[in-house]
Amino acid sequence: MAAPFDLNDDTVVVVIGTGAGGGVLANELAQKGVSVVALEAGGRYLPEDYVNDEWESFGQLAWVDPRTTSGDWRVSKDFSGLPAWIVKAVGGTTTHWAGASLRFQPHEWKGATTYGNVQGANLLDWPIGAEEMEPWYAKAEDKLGVTRTNGRPGLPGNNNYLVFEKGARELGYKDVHTGRMAINAEDYDDRLPCQQTGFCFQGCKWGAKWSAAYTDIPRGEATGNLEVRERAHVARILHNNDGKVTGVEYFDKDGNLHMQKARIVCVAGNSFESPRMLLNSASSMFPDGLANSSGQVGRNYMRHMTGSVYAVFDKPVRMWRGTTMAGIIQDESRHDPSRGFVGGYEMETLALGVPFMAAFLDPGAWGREFTSALDQYENMAGMWLVGEDMPQETNRVTLNHDVKDQWGLPVANVHFSDHPNDIAMRNHAYKQGQAVYEAVGATRTFPTPPYPSTHNLGTNRMSENPRDGVVNRWGQTHDITNLFISDGSQFTTGAAENPTLTIVALAIRQADHIASEMSAGTL
Amino acid sequence: MNKADGPKGLSRRQLLLRASVAGASFVIGSGFIAARDAAWATEVSNLKPETFATLVQMARDIYPHDRIADEFYVIAVQGYDNSDHSDEIEAGIAVLDAAARGRGHAGYLDTGWERDRVDILRNMEESDFFQKIRGGLVTGLYNQKAVWPIFGYEGESYSKGGYVDRGFNDINWL
Repeated sequence: MAAPFDLNDDTVVVVIGTGAGGGVLANELAQKGVSVVALEAGGRYLPEDYVNDEWESFGQLAWVDPRTTSGDWRVSKDFSGLPAWIVKAVGGTTTHWAGASLRFQPHEWKGATTYGNVQGANLLDWPIGAEEMEPWYAKAEDKLGVTRTNGRPGLPGNNNYLVFEKGARELGYKDVHTGRMAINAEDYDDRLPCQQTGFCFQGCKWGAKWSAAYTDIPRGEATGNLEVRERAHVARILHNNDGKVTGVEYFDKDGNLHMQKARIVCVAGNSFESPRMLLNSASSMFPDGLANSSGQVGRNYMRHMTGSVYAVFDKPVRMWRGTTMAGIIQDESRHDPSRGFVGGYEMETLALGVPFMAAFLDPGAWGREFTSALDQYENMAGMWLVGEDMPQETNRVTLNHDVKDQWGLPVANVHFSDHPNDIAMRNHAYKQGQAVYEAVGATRTFPTPPYPSTHNLGTNRMSENPRDGVVNRWGQTHDITNLFISDGSQFTTGAAENPTLTIVALAIRQADHIASEMSAGTL
Repeated sequence: MNKADGPKGLSRRQLLLRASVAGASFVIGSGFIAARDAAWATEVSNLKPETFATLVQMARDIYPHDRIADEFYVIAVQGYDNSDHSDEIEAGIAVLDAAARGRGHAGYLDTGWERDRVDILRNMEESDFFQKIRGGLVTGLYNQKAVWPIFGYEGESYSKGGYVDRGFNDINWL
């Protein structure tokens, strides 16, 4: 049967969310002839709709439904209602992402084995590893057109990169380049090369950056096997007396409740919404929420160790011109406990415009210490620090029954406190980042605190043993065979790398698995 | 000034300018404030003119940029001049003035040195009033497209074809 599908069609796979996980999975399944209904809470925005304006774009794309926060992370103080800076739209956060596309390092698949017993950390090895993931990474890199992989050239360096590179070389760093980016350096896959516009975070108006919104989604729809329902906000996932999921209840844009029957349900709503949906689907058979016999649903929330370093020079840099994140130093991404922490971190170029710099340079700060920094905006360079953070059982997403969203559903509370390893790593990264800029003559540097999270991971983690996590090696929940998790929430550990490439690789692999199991009649 | 009942009993003489020591603004009369150099003028309909002038000075003291003219601070706080906010703003500014008087000044606007005004603000920075004004300024001031060029920021670039041919890598001092 071809799309659109009937609400009572119980042969379809329902995919919840259309970002790097759900959007890719939906298309990959559709390409294999599987009927898919994708439910997307947001609307559809394409390159012609994106705006080169930070706050206006935020208003257009960001997920701003209510959420609450707790824990000692500074985001909870500075942005208490906005724990994450992610997107509510067809294509999800692939509209907003910077495009950095890095494979995990082999040892990062084996966090517990590599790092040993880290007090207070709930470390676990992934049930899969580098060798198994290699071909899926290669497919993901080809899909995204990742620069500096499989023979594709790198992007040219912009002003912000040239400052960063010079400082890195002065410091003796060796693994320094313009990144492996899902942003075209030359025509690829019917998409233009980067025009150095500088608004990667606001949606690429050229389509030079890969986004599911204008690649996987329309291609899936073109097969006739994929129907994307926009502004469809999932309330709960239903199940039968056999403990199999049978369908999904969702609100349409007018607040009418519908129920789409399903053969299989794949949840890809990001690491806040995915566990929230499982928890909001609690029933008499599953009083703690779906797929939660381990008690791990919502736990082990990871957001990467992050921070930024901005620096002021005596001459102009104009960091906002050009690709936002095409620059990386990888020398610190190794595991080297002699630095005082386990795991590693990447240093990546980053620029913000004046409106976001004012909001994020030092949230809450005022007076001349702050404004004299902004006065030097034209002479600033910037980098982002991103490293592996420790999974902790107490860092978790729970339901806040005191706060309801626009549909009357309890919202997600996001509780996070840094692990001592995260703090030690951040302090090291600040010091190295400041040294990079001081090596090229920075007159002032700013160790800038984390922004609302963009890398949200781990709240339905993958485990070999059903006791330790929520899903198995295929992202299939241990408890319910026809319920899958297809986003970053299945991450067992976070690794140092930006997660999108791994989410995409896992989605391609999961689609392959689901389609073959369906053919075999085992799903 | 556009009140239906007109200026409330103010004579022409009462409209005499009252210059403040610290601020760049004059309170001209009921509902009307102008800059000393006449670079900007605005009407207020709910707040007392003195209150609004003090609010503008407070905004500048929170985010002082010597190259940004008062008119941008005026725009940043103009939204508080409505009936939803006026009681809260009047009360907050009254506290500010009382704090200034407690330090021997006639009022906040009459506190001549920025450091003395900043001391007053530091003592109230945890208050809801201060945080509301500060938080509002983050977008109210810095999201004005007209202030961006003062920082050198060029804003939207898509319509100009990005920077691929316009200096994305033109740094020349490294």
